[in-house]
Amino acid sequence: MGARGRRSVRKKASRVSARPADTEWPLWEVFVQEKSGAPHEHAGSVHAPDGELALQNARDTYARRGPVTSLWVVEARHITATTPEDSPFLLGPGPDKLYRHPRFYKGSKE
Amino acid sequence: MDEAERERRFQARIDAGEKIEPKDWMPEAYRRQLVRMISQHAHSEIVGQLPEGNWITRAPSLRRKLGLLAKVQDEAGHGLYLYAAAETLGVSREELVDGLLRGAAKYSSIFNYPTLTWADIGAIGWLVDGAAILNQTMLTKCSYGPYARAMVRICKEERFHERQGYEIMRVLAQGTAAQRALAQDALDRWWWPTLMMFGPPDAASVHNDALLAWGVKQKSNDELRQWFVDLAVPQAQALPLAIPDPELRYDEAASHWRTGPIDWDEFWRVVRGGGICNRDRLRARQRAHEEGRWVREAAEAYAKKRHA
Amino acid sequence: MNAALFEYALRLGDDRLVLGHRLSEWCGHAPIVEEDIALANLALDCIGQASQLLELAGELEGAGRDADALAFLRDPTQFRNCLLVEQPNGDFAQTIARQVLFDTAGAHVLGQLAGSKHERLAAIARKAANEVRYHVRHAREWWLRLGLGTDESHARLQAALDELWPLTRELVTPDEIDTELCQVGIGADLRATGERFEREVGELIAAAKLRRPPHPAFAPSGRRGAHGEHLDHLLSEMQCVARAHPGATW
Repeated sequence: MGARGRRSVRKKASRVSARPADTEWPLWEVFVQEKSGAPHEHAGSVHAPDGELALQNARDTYARRGPVTSLWVVEARHITATTPEDSPFLLGPGPDKLYRHPRFYKGSKE
Repeated sequence: MDEAERERRFQARIDAGEKIEPKDWMPEAYRRQLVRMISQHAHSEIVGQLPEGNWITRAPSLRRKLGLLAKVQDEAGHGLYLYAAAETLGVSREELVDGLLRGAAKYSSIFNYPTLTWADIGAIGWLVDGAAILNQTMLTKCSYGPYARAMVRICKEERFHERQGYEIMRVLAQGTAAQRALAQDALDRWWWPTLMMFGPPDAASVHNDALLAWGVKQKSNDELRQWFVDLAVPQAQALPLAIPDPELRYDEAASHWRTGPIDWDEFWRVVRGGGICNRDRLRARQRAHEEGRWVREAAEAYAKKRHA
Repeated sequence: MNAALFEYALRLGDDRLVLGHRLSEWCGHAPIVEEDIALANLALDCIGQASQLLELAGELEGAGRDADALAFLRDPTQFRNCLLVEQPNGDFAQTIARQVLFDTAGAHVLGQLAGSKHERLAAIARKAANEVRYHVRHAREWWLRLGLGTDESHARLQAALDELWPLTRELVTPDEIDTELCQVGIGADLRATGERFEREVGELIAAAKLRRPPHPAFAPSGRRGAHGEHLDHLLSEMQCVARAHPGATW
């Protein structure tokens, strides 16, 4: 999942335009479940002013060719994600914790 | 860790074939190049709706009308995937669109050519999408994760565009004398601009080396161009239509089709705004944006009221 | 019977062909890229439905005309679409208003036709009804956003409603062909559609805080081939390439 880090310093620097700021519809991340029972997978993002239009935009953009069983849209700012710095200690079970792996244990036939 | 060490580690990741993701450290130059490339690609898809959209209302059969409409819809969709990929690099879609509408941002120059007949739709699908597919297939291996993934999605959808274009050309080339003439005329006008789509020759290309080193591209402009020519010449012969190049010849030793000289003056002229449709394309996008402002504002106002 | 059914299929098909064509004009020019995609989606569904309906019409006529021949080689006076769908797109509010009004009646008609005694028509209607459910949802979401969004969007939607309202009577006024086909269980009951239309559109007008326009003044005429001046320009554009190459295949 690619939740984005907004680099606010850089963003301000590039807003040099003298035009009045246009409406900016919020960003929503789209998750698609192709078949019943399958996990929802991140497909990309859409811009929309609210959830109902986000869902419709997501359907038009990411479910055009089907098959899609279910669609989730989540406003990007509501996603909490790990950072690459977190990953090593937060995410990996590590090779030294074998007791979490089924292969560590002998079954009746193995 | 100092900058040099970070860059060394970054390059090692690239060389190991790892994908760079949005929150990974990356050199500022890498980030800038990708924003430029991805946003130009996005703008191209959006602007690309216009030359083809021009013929939806005149498509000569219901099947062709549906096919062209679906293709143009796909292009809008591809633009969205690509803006989404660019946004992972810390720019907003609003800024990117603003750049396009101010005339500051570039898009593929091929779309500055006019579509003059129905046959142009066939030529564009066959040649322009054919060329784009080669480029995009290569980019599925791009080192930047979101861009590579967008390319995978786009490649799946692009295949039908090219087939549809080629089928249109085949039916015309094998149709009435008038249809054959239309098809040949379209090929005459779109062949050379398509070759220019791959960009300037490697020797003259500013970004080439850096993009290859960073795994953003895997082939150079000339390599892609040659790949395309080798595919397209036999396709033209099968239609059958004549490639508008009196110097076209087959190089037996290298197993490549060699073209005559490309007019790079024309390329630069069109890139710099001197093409027939540059102004029209920009004006059309500016108009859609301006006239649509009240709609976007209404949707935003409604959402705010609902949450208040 | 077949003559009546042929006319009926033409009406259904022509409505959707002309509406789909109008919607396709937005491609590349919509207020936001997401709407380029959404409107194209609506257009594709409409034209797809039209293709099936005109194909059926051609078979019913039995004169060797297929859907393309009917779409590209008939003159304006031979078209059977309602006047509402041939109106120019106008601004986004007018396009949305047209969609909401057409679909409110259209969805009800398709729902009835899904149970038609004519198998082919029923099958086409069932698939179309499914697609139209989404059209209705999309158009009504925009109706609310425009009606309740800003003063400007509200004014534009009201203007659109005022402009198009007189053309809605045609959607729900049965003539002899409607009556004949409804009686034998093939066609829709437009009076029932009219009642549903009144109720639903009344609710939509209230929900968007709009003002109901005065009673419509236009008598239906599109079903008899008496169109306004817009259709000729629309068809001139739509048919020009096909007509320039008689007998050619594409």
